[in-house]
Amino acid sequence: MTVTIFVPRDAAALAVGADRVAKAIETEIAARGLDARIVRNGSRGMLWLEPLVEVRTDHGRIAYGPVRPADVASLFDAGFLEGGAHPLCHGPTHDIPYYASQTRLTFSRCGVTDPLSIEDYRHYQGLTGLTKAISMTPAEIVSQVTDSGLRGRGGAGFPTGIKWKTVMDAAGPQKYIVCNADEGDSATFADRMIMEGDPFVLIEGMAIAGIATGATKGYVYIRSEYPHAIKTMDEAIRIARQNGMLGPSVLGSAYAFDMEVRSGAGAYVCGEETSLLNSLEGKRGIVRAKPPLPALQGFLGRPTVVNNVMSLASVPVILDRGPEFYRDFGMGRSRGTIPIQIAGNVKYGGLYEVAFGLTLGEIVEKIGGGTASGRPVKAVQVGGPLGAYFPVSMFDTPFDYEAFAARDGLIGHAGITVFDDTVDMLKQARFAMEFCAIESCGKCTPCRIGSTRGVETADKIARGIEPEKNKVLLADLCNTMKFGSLCALGGFTPYPVMSAMTHFPEDFSPAPVVEAAE
Amino acid sequence: MNLHMPVPDIDARTLAIVNELKGLEGPLLPILHEIQAEFGYVPEDCLPVIARELNLSRAEVHGVVTFYHDYRRHPAGRHVLKLCQAEACQSMGSDAVAAKVKALLGIDFHETTEDGAVTLEPVYCLGLCSTAPAAMLDGEVHGRLDDDAIADLVAEARR
Repeated sequence: MTVTIFVPRDAAALAVGADRVAKAIETEIAARGLDARIVRNGSRGMLWLEPLVEVRTDHGRIAYGPVRPADVASLFDAGFLEGGAHPLCHGPTHDIPYYASQTRLTFSRCGVTDPLSIEDYRHYQGLTGLTKAISMTPAEIVSQVTDSGLRGRGGAGFPTGIKWKTVMDAAGPQKYIVCNADEGDSATFADRMIMEGDPFVLIEGMAIAGIATGATKGYVYIRSEYPHAIKTMDEAIRIARQNGMLGPSVLGSAYAFDMEVRSGAGAYVCGEETSLLNSLEGKRGIVRAKPPLPALQGFLGRPTVVNNVMSLASVPVILDRGPEFYRDFGMGRSRGTIPIQIAGNVKYGGLYEVAFGLTLGEIVEKIGGGTASGRPVKAVQVGGPLGAYFPVSMFDTPFDYEAFAARDGLIGHAGITVFDDTVDMLKQARFAMEFCAIESCGKCTPCRIGSTRGVETADKIARGIEPEKNKVLLADLCNTMKFGSLCALGGFTPYPVMSAMTHFPEDFSPAPVVEAAE
Repeated sequence: MNLHMPVPDIDARTLAIVNELKGLEGPLLPILHEIQAEFGYVPEDCLPVIARELNLSRAEVHGVVTFYHDYRRHPAGRHVLKLCQAEACQSMGSDAVAAKVKALLGIDFHETTEDGAVTLEPVYCLGLCSTAPAAMLDGEVHGRLDDDAIADLVAEARR
C-alpha cells in the first residue's frame, strides 16, 4: 500500500526549508524504490517544529520535526514510513500536548488535509454548514450567527450577526461580501494560515454570508506580502467553481455567489475597513468617515459586509454544529474559540486555538514555554502594533475582549509578541509612533502630524532633553491622538506608547542630563 | 528584463493591460500591479494612458500610485530583498540582522547596490512571526535568520 507523507506548504514551513525537505524525501523514495507519496498539507500551527513531517501509519499520523534536508536519509534508515523511532520523532501528532490541549473548531482541518483537495474537504465535514444554510431562510442563518455570539475577529469585536442583519435588511440591486485579509499586524498569521491551509472554509463562509444577506459577489482583499496565500486562494476559488460551490447555482440551489481575490499594495492602513473599501475601488486607501456604515454604503456605495477572515471561516462550523455548540465555549461576552498566535521571542511559537478565558500568563509561560532566548520575559505586546505592552505583573489578565479593555489593552487579532529583558521599552514606544507615521493615510491631523511629533518627543526623552516635560508632552499627544483620530491607526497607537510609559517607567528615566543646545 | 524600453512600447503594453482589466469593478490596483509585473516599476508614461482609458484625471492616478508602498517609480535591482522590521522580528534581533545585511551589501534601506543586483527594503510583517527574524527575496520566504542564513541570502541576492 502506498504510504502517505505530509510536508507542509505553509509559508512559515517554506521559510524554514519545507520545499528542500520535500525534495530530499522525494529523492530518497526514488533511490530506495519505495511505494510512498508526498502530500503538501497546511501547517498544524506548531511552528517551532516546522518543517513538521508526518507519516500516515496504522497508529495514526506520526510527527517528525523540525526536519532538515540532512536528516531525511536517517529518517528512512530509522523506518519512519512505519513510524519508526528517531530523535526527531514526537509520536502521534494528535497526542502532542500543544495540539491535544486545543479546541480546534475554525482550524479543525488546517494541517490535516491537502488544502486544494475538495475530496479531503468533504471527507472532514466540509460543506455541511453551507448545505444546512441552503435549507434555511436568510433570516434563520443570520439569527444562528447572532445566537452563536461570534464577534469580529479582526480586532473590533463587533457582533457579526448584527452586521449581517443590517446588510440583509438593506435594499439594493447588488450587495457584496468583502473579506478583510489585510492581516498587517505583527504577530498575526492566522488568516494567512487558514488561506494557505484550508482555503475552502473561507469560501464556504463567504458563500453562507452571501446567501444570508442577499449578496452575490465577494472579494477577498489579501495583502501583497502574502503571495502564497494569494496563489492558494486563487486556485481554491477556481476549484470551488468547478465543483459547483461557487457560481450561478451554489451546490445546486437557487442561490448565486461568486468571488475573486484582490491583492493589496503594501499599505497597512488598508486593514481598516473603509480604507480597504476605497482601495478595492481603486482609490487611495484613505479612511472614510462613518456614517454612512459600510453595511449600508460600502463597496461602490452599495450594501457590503466587511468581515475578517477568521470571522467568516468560523461561520461554517456554527451552521454545522449549531449556535449553542459554539456559544458554549468562552467567557463573558467573548464566546467561542480564538486562534491565539504566539510569536516573537518565545520557545513554542505557533497558533493555538482555544476557548476565550486563558490568562495571559498561561499562554506565555505554560503554552509558549517562556522565551526562546531563555532570559526572563519583560513585556508582551498583545494585539499587534496598536496593542498594549503588558508586564509580567499583569499576566493574570484573562484572554477576553472586555478584560483586556479594562486594563487599557486590546486583544485585537489575537497576536502576542513576547520580548525578553533586553528590550528597551522607550525604543518600542518610539517605534509605535514611527510605524504610525509611515503608515498614516494622512486624512486626519492627530495621526498624520501627531505620530511624527511623537517620534521627535521620544527621541528627546532618549537624549535626556527635559525628560519630565517631554513625558508629559508625549502623554498629552497620546490623548489627542486617541480621541481625535478618525480610525484605529492614530486612535490606538497610544496603547503601546502609554502602556510602555506606564508599566516600564525605568526605561523612560532620564539618561545623564545633557544641556539642551537652545 | 529590459529596463530601457522605448516609449511607444510602454504605451502599447499599457493600453493592452488596461483593456484586459478595465471591466473589473475597481480596476486601478489590478492594472497597476500588472504594469509593475510587466515593466518592473510603474513608468511615468503609463499614467496618461491609464487616466484616459479609465476616465480619471492624471492627478488621481498619480495619487493612487504614490499612496501605496508597493508601486515603484523607478526600476529596482535584479533582486529585491525585504527584511521584516516589525515587532515580532524585533524581539528576535531584526535590528542586528538589518545591520549585518546592510554591511554585507554596502547599502542602506531603499537603496540598490551599484552593480544593480539588489534593492534592499524594510517590510512591516511577512506573517512569519513565530519563525523570526524573517525576510523575503523575490517572493521567496526565509525564516530563523542566523549568521549562516544571512550570508546565504546575501550571496543568493548578489547573483
